[in-house]
Amino acid sequence: MATVNVKINGVEYAVPQGSTVLEAARIANIDIPTLCYLKDINEIGACRLCLVEVKGARGLVTACVYPVNEGMEIFTNTPRVQASRKMNLQLILSNHEKKCLSCIRSTNCELQKLCRDYGVDEGYIKGTVNEYKIDDSSVSIIRDNNKCILCRRCVGACNNQGVGVIGANNRGFDTEISCAFGQDLASTSCINCGQCIVSCPVGALYERDDTDKIFDAIADPTKHVLICTAPSVRAQIGECFGYAPGTDCEGKMVAALRRLGFDGVFDMNFTADLTILEEANEFLSRVKNGGALPMITSCSPGWIKFCEHYYPDFVDNLSTCKSPQQMFGAIAKTYYAEKMGWDPKDIVFVSAIPCTAKKFEIGRDGQSAAGVPDVDFAVTTREVGRMIEKAGIKFRDLADEDFDDPFNVASGAGVIFGATGGVMEAALRTAAEVIEGKPLEKVEFNDVRGVEGVKLASYKIGDINLNVAVASGSGNAKKILDAVRAGELDVQFIEVMACPGGCVNGGGQPIQPASVRNSIDLAATRAAILYKADEQKDIRKSHESSAVKKIYDEYFGEPNSHKAHEILHTHYVKRGLYNNK
Amino acid sequence: MIKTLADLNAAREAYAPTIGLRVGNLDAKEGKIRKHILICGGTGCTSSGSLTIREKLEQVLDARGIADEVKVITTGCFGLCALGPIMIVYPDSTFYSRITPADIEEIVDSHIIGGTPVERFEFHEQTGDHHAVAGLNDMTFYKKQHRVALHNCGVIDPENVNDYIARDGYQALGKVLTSMTREEVVQTILDSGLRGRGGAGFPTGLKWKFAMGSTGKKYVCCNADEGDPGAFMDRSVLEGDPHSVLEAMAIAGYAIGSDQGYIYVRAEYPIAIHRLKIAIDQAHNEGLLGENIFGTDFSFDVQLRFGAGAFVCGEETALMTSIEGKRGEPRPRPPFPAVKGLFGKPTILNNVETYANIAQIILKGADWFASMGTEKSKGTKVFAIGGKIVNTGLVEIPMGTTLREVIEEIGGGIPNGKKFKAAQTGGPSGGCIPASLIDTPIDYDNLLAIGSMMGSGGLIVMDEDNCMVDIAKFFLDFTVDESCGKCTPCRVGTKRLLEILDKIISGNGELEDIDRMEELCKYIQSASLCGLGQTAPNPVVSTLRYFKDEYIAHIVDKKCPAGVCKKLLNYTIDKEKCIGCGKCAKNCPADAIIKTDYVAPGHKLPSLTIDAAKCVKCGACMSGCKFDAISKQ
Amino acid sequence: MKKKLTTVNFKGTKEQEEKLIAVIDKYAGVRGAMMPILQEAQEIYGYLPIEVQTIIAERTGVALEEIYGIVSFYAQFKLNPDGQIAVAVCLGTACYVKGSGDIVEEFSRLLDIPVGSTSADGKYSLEATRCIGACGLAPVLTVNGEVYGRLTKADVPTILAKYKD
Repeated sequence: MATVNVKINGVEYAVPQGSTVLEAARIANIDIPTLCYLKDINEIGACRLCLVEVKGARGLVTACVYPVNEGMEIFTNTPRVQASRKMNLQLILSNHEKKCLSCIRSTNCELQKLCRDYGVDEGYIKGTVNEYKIDDSSVSIIRDNNKCILCRRCVGACNNQGVGVIGANNRGFDTEISCAFGQDLASTSCINCGQCIVSCPVGALYERDDTDKIFDAIADPTKHVLICTAPSVRAQIGECFGYAPGTDCEGKMVAALRRLGFDGVFDMNFTADLTILEEANEFLSRVKNGGALPMITSCSPGWIKFCEHYYPDFVDNLSTCKSPQQMFGAIAKTYYAEKMGWDPKDIVFVSAIPCTAKKFEIGRDGQSAAGVPDVDFAVTTREVGRMIEKAGIKFRDLADEDFDDPFNVASGAGVIFGATGGVMEAALRTAAEVIEGKPLEKVEFNDVRGVEGVKLASYKIGDINLNVAVASGSGNAKKILDAVRAGELDVQFIEVMACPGGCVNGGGQPIQPASVRNSIDLAATRAAILYKADEQKDIRKSHESSAVKKIYDEYFGEPNSHKAHEILHTHYVKRGLYNNK
Repeated sequence: MIKTLADLNAAREAYAPTIGLRVGNLDAKEGKIRKHILICGGTGCTSSGSLTIREKLEQVLDARGIADEVKVITTGCFGLCALGPIMIVYPDSTFYSRITPADIEEIVDSHIIGGTPVERFEFHEQTGDHHAVAGLNDMTFYKKQHRVALHNCGVIDPENVNDYIARDGYQALGKVLTSMTREEVVQTILDSGLRGRGGAGFPTGLKWKFAMGSTGKKYVCCNADEGDPGAFMDRSVLEGDPHSVLEAMAIAGYAIGSDQGYIYVRAEYPIAIHRLKIAIDQAHNEGLLGENIFGTDFSFDVQLRFGAGAFVCGEETALMTSIEGKRGEPRPRPPFPAVKGLFGKPTILNNVETYANIAQIILKGADWFASMGTEKSKGTKVFAIGGKIVNTGLVEIPMGTTLREVIEEIGGGIPNGKKFKAAQTGGPSGGCIPASLIDTPIDYDNLLAIGSMMGSGGLIVMDEDNCMVDIAKFFLDFTVDESCGKCTPCRVGTKRLLEILDKIISGNGELEDIDRMEELCKYIQSASLCGLGQTAPNPVVSTLRYFKDEYIAHIVDKKCPAGVCKKLLNYTIDKEKCIGCGKCAKNCPADAIIKTDYVAPGHKLPSLTIDAAKCVKCGACMSGCKFDAISKQ
Repeated sequence: MKKKLTTVNFKGTKEQEEKLIAVIDKYAGVRGAMMPILQEAQEIYGYLPIEVQTIIAERTGVALEEIYGIVSFYAQFKLNPDGQIAVAVCLGTACYVKGSGDIVEEFSRLLDIPVGSTSADGKYSLEATRCIGACGLAPVLTVNGEVYGRLTKADVPTILAKYKD
């Protein structure tokens, strides 16, 4: 790689050509503060916090977008630079609702940290403060513009998702991030993915908090409160307690949940395996019987809503399988309830998920196998973290524990659901063995792994030539579906995860500041845990899971049976874009 | 259809007689025509009714049976907008001002038929004690001017390409396409010393040179989104000489290697847009735009895009973002437009007045252009003079002309015997120049040095009745309103600055506010994303620099010395003058006027007085009083 | 600058919609066509309410929010229809130093509506504009496009009287 020589605060470095000043400083182990910059998502140079001095430059230089050149001398921390940053923060604070003590982002707020670092006087600049009504119309996402600092990272994230329901409106001091014509979020084609939330540096965007209701349920002696955790939660929850991204905390997580008082702590990997059985068989039957192809996965509720709004003509292509979360809830309130002799109405089923869209999914039609909602509460990894913290549980000190029976057997295929390409790989493992009728020589399908937004692969399985596509990030799904619609892409099976990188980068995951997101690939780092767990499993294929075999034997008979359809499958609606009021 | 340079030359010869009478070529023969009557069709004169004057004139000429002897031409702006509607008769050079349709019959009968100009409708110039009719050529307003960018304005019919061709139009394009290399064109512009006329004065040739170095699709853009309040030179060029801009853009296209131009023009300029559309069509029909111009392999096309009322779109990256069909927000540079501009392609952007100089530089040479002006500011500059000045209008002067010459001579001084206090140049990005600096020669660097800037060339004159704090607030109001809201310093910083000014104007200022304003100004200037923000504090900085005493009067004495800031004013009724008629009480929206017990000698009714607590200081009482009994201080 | 949403019911006709669709189709494939489409749409309807912007969003494939972001950014675009009597006072520098600030206030007082709004009955609208370029006539204003120049505050009632039925 070609490099250029630069001097940063007097020390010489060779940095890759084309680096920005910000990236060069990072190589020198210096964090230049930013608020608006989010690599690949929001590179607009708007917040003006990252200004630095460059020898010979006319004024201060915007580090986040300014490219380095040979011999450049950069000063990141002069009194002039510091004064500029301090005034910048004071101006931001002058139009920011400073309810920091009770703010959901307190101690995890990028603005708060900077204000402390720069010794900001929060009352130094005074003036009119814009007042906004909090938009809590959405079941997933709450927008509080009173705290918004107009960095526009959420807008970049939303556009990146191909959704674009929030944007900058009006101009000047009245600029606000909002929906067209001031509509509330719930009446737009928002897909609830929560990528806006994890992009927000402050407390202007957050998930609807359901934790109090869960504490109430746990305290209610008449209720059986069960929780099941999605594959990727174990890979991130540690970040809520100071672990570095990429630390697997499955055992501590289970232990903590049990200490919170849940009556059962289950592993959603089980229904991930079950999904594969249902989905692989659904696919094979579509191929055989001429059903709608390409078939598209349905685990990601953000993606489902995206498809219903933006590609209603593809709704019939969606797999009718419920998501693993919904399957688990449905089984808990049918099979498990029967087994335990409980009235399904007395079960409170909670899912812990890396996702804000799941909060919407639980309220959809066709998700009530036992006549009551399959899932009562869907809480994000962040909410789970807050519950544990609130309950005073010393997460870091807990000894590892195992999930509860009878669903505690899962294959490696179920684990990798949390990463983009994981569902596809899991399905391929099962489909290949079902079709070919002999064990796979190699279980890894490496072409569908990795964090690229669009992956294409072709396999010959038995006498079937199978072309598959994998999209992560709904914006990338758009590319694939447009190509399919235009007849430019011939694929039979598509995996879509609404969030870039899959669930490991979901909108419900712990929020990492831009300084981390800009320097490491969070999705890849977190996904590595899942692939490692897969590797360490004895069982790597969903159909080999004893728990899955058992439930078919005891309850469903076979995949796609009538009973399986009633309990494990669902239906969709064609929403369109602007008639959804 | 003009396919070669020879075709163009032939056309020039053929059309020369049609403009002869008004350009001093009295031998020119065009049928029976013996007079040219020029009526200003600029926005100013159109607003004051010049179109109805033309209709009436044509009726009368018809009725008198001399329609074939007189050619009536609607032109662009003559510059003296304050005197509109303006009508000039050639070859006599008679200058009629502020005429109405009712005056036309007399002018036709006496002047056109009888040969005697109607003196009472002619312009009377007041210079010192001397008061006399002044013909076009004797007017002080024009004498000191030197028209380069405006050389066709008020001379040709902007809706007739033949007029332009007769005035050497498209000769420069022909010359570059048939006898100059791209490098020679760029070098000529570099050598001329021409600097951008729209803002910071970046050397035009340098811009072209940077863009010339890039490869692939490129664009030539013209900034006609003239947004400085009080500036209208670009509009006047477009209204009066639209082809000069098209020709220059084509030359720029040839120089940098582009085949596509965009003119971004304010939608609020309907006349300019109308004439541009006509000009583009005519240029296409004549083969002067389109494919294979002058038989060469150079092709160039121009499209119009309309600005939609956002001052920030005058900033180059914002303008391009707007042409792309988005919110007109600036983007950080680098990458510079010459590398990555419109639609991500290399782009040059110049403003209208800059382009209006190009053809003449090509024809007359870089040396000719560089011989005008000062060391670092070559050529001429057009200014729109407004405010408290006699000759409101448009003037073009060589760089280096002093402010005094512009205000006292060309502008005719301050009306009503008032005293000159300050001149504001550069619009909201500029600053106020105090009377003590009136002898400053105007050029880019001098204006910067004294805390103002050239900007696009608005020049607003202020007299002793203007409050400088109020003026600073006026400009800041504008910038706050026009800030795009993208970057923090401009979005929040200018708002906070304005709020401090408001506080001072309302009588609540504290001395620390001055320090805080200075600190904020410095920060906004150094940290803003684009030129709008970086220059937004200038009106405050310059008034603080030259008129700090006025700020202090507002803050410490709670007085507005100029008597402008309402909240610091007190209206009082002179009880001796008041006859108690009650008109002021009727006008008062706040019921603040009450009766006293005092009856002044010679009056029948008791005098009135103002309840200061109720008074909203609207001034309705004072403007309605016929007895001069109410005063403010 | 914050634009007020309209409370006036949308009265778009079939013909207007056909015209708008023809405009959108005319610009199909033209880069950066959103501004001209919005400008021509405003010529057709007089303003750009949600109904109009939605047609544009659906036909161009550009998100409604992006369109609204553009419309709410530029002063030219209106979310409210003009009053039957539309007063626009120039607050350009030349006009301002000659007292147009007082004039706009006087209109506001006499019409009893804030600057930048339309009266409830849709009869009057009052706006302060940027320089309209008629500085020679300063201070100037327009009523339904008709220009009035060289004014003082005292002329305001006379002008309004001209438009009273």
